[in-house]
Amino acid sequence: MTLVDATIVAGYTVADVLLYAAAGFAVLAIGMLYRAVKGPTMQDRVLAVNVLGTNTVVILGLLAAALGEPTFLDVALVYALLNFLMAIAISKFTVERGGVL
Amino acid sequence: MIDAIETVRVGLIVVFVLLGLFFSFVSMVGVLRLPDVYSRAHTASQADTLGAGFGLAAVALTVGWEGAGFKSVLLLFFIFVTNPTAAHGIARAAFEEGIVPWTEGDERR
Repeated sequence: MTLVDATIVAGYTVADVLLYAAAGFAVLAIGMLYRAVKGPTMQDRVLAVNVLGTNTVVILGLLAAALGEPTFLDVALVYALLNFLMAIAISKFTVERGGVL
Repeated sequence: MIDAIETVRVGLIVVFVLLGLFFSFVSMVGVLRLPDVYSRAHTASQADTLGAGFGLAAVALTVGWEGAGFKSVLLLFFIFVTNPTAAHGIARAAFEEGIVPWTEGDERR
């Protein structure tokens, strides 16, 4: 019996807790999508998509731990890299001469 | 049945997951309700980094050091470095584009 299958209380295992937490993070990400759709300036949208991508990384990590699939962590690493590059690239391209960082 | 050290580990996993959910919720409320892009960048860089850090710490505790735990810790460190950097870049791009910061009495944007 591995750790993920250990019962915490009332029949709920660690995997159940991680899956419910992943669902909660998904709900929070959907809430942030409102700012990405509405946000008056373009930087608001970039910021909302950046935060949403961070939430996606956490969801991928939680799924990797709950379902016992370590390859999801590789996907999460690549997603975090692309998320950071997206935010930096868009904020550089929107400014004249691109002197952001 | 699981022994004592495993009980502590499971308890820490549950506590970290709940703390991560709480701080991500704080970050969502901030991103939705704060009045302009600079204050939103502030909450996105601080609260969301802490929430993601707690969530990934729970993942690292679950998968264990002998498995893919190293990748998970690497991911945690990477998020801690890059998330505030990205928020800083976005806020600076907003400033260079000429967005005036919100002050008290202004209309919410």
